[in-house]
Amino acid sequence: MLEGILIGLATAVTPFNLVMVVLGCVIGTLIGMLPGLGPMSIIAIMIPVAIGIGDPTSALILLSGVYYGAIFGGSTSSILLNAPGVAGTVATSFDGYPMARKGQAGKALTIAAIASFAGGTIATILLMIFAPALSTVALLFHSAEYFALMVVGLSAIAAFAGTGQVGKALMMTILGLMLGTVGEGALSNMPRFTFGMMELQSGFSFITLAMAMFALPEALFLVMNPARAATDAGGKITGLRITRAEARAIAPVIGRQSLQGFFIGVLPGAGATIASFLGYAVERNIAKGKEQEEFGHGSIKGLAAPETANNAACTGSFVPLLTLGIPGSGTTAILLGALIALNVTPGPRLMTDEPDVFWAVIISMYIGNLVLLILNLPLIPYIAKILTIPRTYLIPFILFFTLMGSYIGQNNPTELLILVAFGVVATILRFADYPLAPLLIGFILGTMLEDNFARAMQLYRGFGFILERPMTLALLVTAVILVLLPSYRARRARKRAEGVADGD
Amino acid sequence: MTLDRWIALAFIAFCCVYGYAAFFTMDQSLPRILQRNPVWPSTFPKMLAVAGIIVGLIVLFTAKSKAGQQTEKTDGVMDITRLGEYRIGQALALVALMLAYALALRPLGFLGSTVLFLVLGAMILGERRLQVLVPVAVLAAGSIWYLVQEVLGIFLRPWPAFLL
Repeated sequence: MLEGILIGLATAVTPFNLVMVVLGCVIGTLIGMLPGLGPMSIIAIMIPVAIGIGDPTSALILLSGVYYGAIFGGSTSSILLNAPGVAGTVATSFDGYPMARKGQAGKALTIAAIASFAGGTIATILLMIFAPALSTVALLFHSAEYFALMVVGLSAIAAFAGTGQVGKALMMTILGLMLGTVGEGALSNMPRFTFGMMELQSGFSFITLAMAMFALPEALFLVMNPARAATDAGGKITGLRITRAEARAIAPVIGRQSLQGFFIGVLPGAGATIASFLGYAVERNIAKGKEQEEFGHGSIKGLAAPETANNAACTGSFVPLLTLGIPGSGTTAILLGALIALNVTPGPRLMTDEPDVFWAVIISMYIGNLVLLILNLPLIPYIAKILTIPRTYLIPFILFFTLMGSYIGQNNPTELLILVAFGVVATILRFADYPLAPLLIGFILGTMLEDNFARAMQLYRGFGFILERPMTLALLVTAVILVLLPSYRARRARKRAEGVADGD
Repeated sequence: MTLDRWIALAFIAFCCVYGYAAFFTMDQSLPRILQRNPVWPSTFPKMLAVAGIIVGLIVLFTAKSKAGQQTEKTDGVMDITRLGEYRIGQALALVALMLAYALALRPLGFLGSTVLFLVLGAMILGERRLQVLVPVAVLAAGSIWYLVQEVLGIFLRPWPAFLL
């Protein structure tokens, strides 16, 4: 491991890569503050730039800097304006905004900065410890297991979607898989579902799909409902210091939430949003008496918990991405797409084949966390100014960057028509409460899923591999359980509720 | 019937079309030699079509309307029942503008169509101060073009087609 760290240090601490980390953090923070642009859209926008760099290490370093910065920037606007720019920082606004209204905005931002820093750093240490172990296990996997593992990943994403949403999430996953089959398949080179259109020959571009699923609907929502982005400038920011007693109060919270957030982040489909909400809920339950009542009215613990957890989860979500090649969230799914475009295949071979990529990314996470801390503390008052850009300017620019993101990669105006069409469909799906991240994950995993499936089918001359390889069978059974469990539990809860009513 | 059920129904219809293409039209062009393979290009789509129809039917018959559960309506949350209060017109106008931008990008060139897009987009949203708007749009379009073309080396046709 020490050798790896040294390789990583040597690669990450070149002047160019250091500039990339700083640049990524600054861009991520600035755009993350804009309501409606989450890490997913920002990374999607940055992908053409990252691919333009050419070197996969630098590109990944830039993108992970952007990722951290975006989560961080989102917390700034949650605290100052109660306008979470990112879903993962919604829980931050529960206690952050009340603190800002009480005139403690400076203190709130400082706590957020320190909690994020600690969460990110502790989780990176955990990543260094657990990633190699996970990747040794992963080396035992063959194409049959890969196929089964991806099925597990996709069902986990659906299963963690929340009560009453499992069916919808599954539906979106299947839709994503279907969109992934458009174009030429890898095994046969036969064009499928192209309806004779040349533009569809190579399939849909994933940047276009990512933009259409996330950035466009958000921008349209901002247009339709101005209250969604309450961009009135907040009060003054004073008193950055926190007292020793306060530091002692939040230290155990940070410790607990770093661990919890990291392991939630490792699970496919959970990610920063769930980690932050769960972190907030757990800390509120643990807190005693008076402290518990303070939650929601400006409790420093209530602010530190989600901030630590969401940054730790961001780091955690890199574990399945880097070691198994399975993205745990929409954001890492986009990162996976970028990696493939850069000719790097994440998976168990990544650590042995390209250790410099792997370790440089981990080292740059430390650097990124440090840069964010330095960036956030003194610049907070100035950073907040960007939120005062009037929406009449902001929204056309968001739309323009969305369009540019997919145009630059393809240089093809048809791509923009596809983007707008998908964007409108995605907006309607959002209205009907359908989750869109499973669609994108399904789309990106679809090709790999089919390749591994086809390879296993050819090796075993049919569906025999499901029964002949015990691990495959176990994984597929796990997938079925994951999908059925939520509805079983919901039914049992309903039955029990009915039983109680009968007893009365 | 609520919107999510309509979507489930549309999804089932989509699966039927997709499944029809996979089951009946795709294998016709398959060479004889590939037909001896255990897996055909249409195998995976066939499985997807069947799974899609099953899941679609489940959602269609089990989806519950959330109207009763969500009583608290905050400003930031989007809700289909309040569609009438939203500025649909502006959103549709912007969608139309994006389509126009896509069609104009080649014939008008990047700089011209981008400046027009930014200016018209802001005007749809109610901005009227052209003396601020136009310089901002020109500056933004110019600097983005410089960044993409000169720094990143990706070709973007700056001027209308008849000039270059």
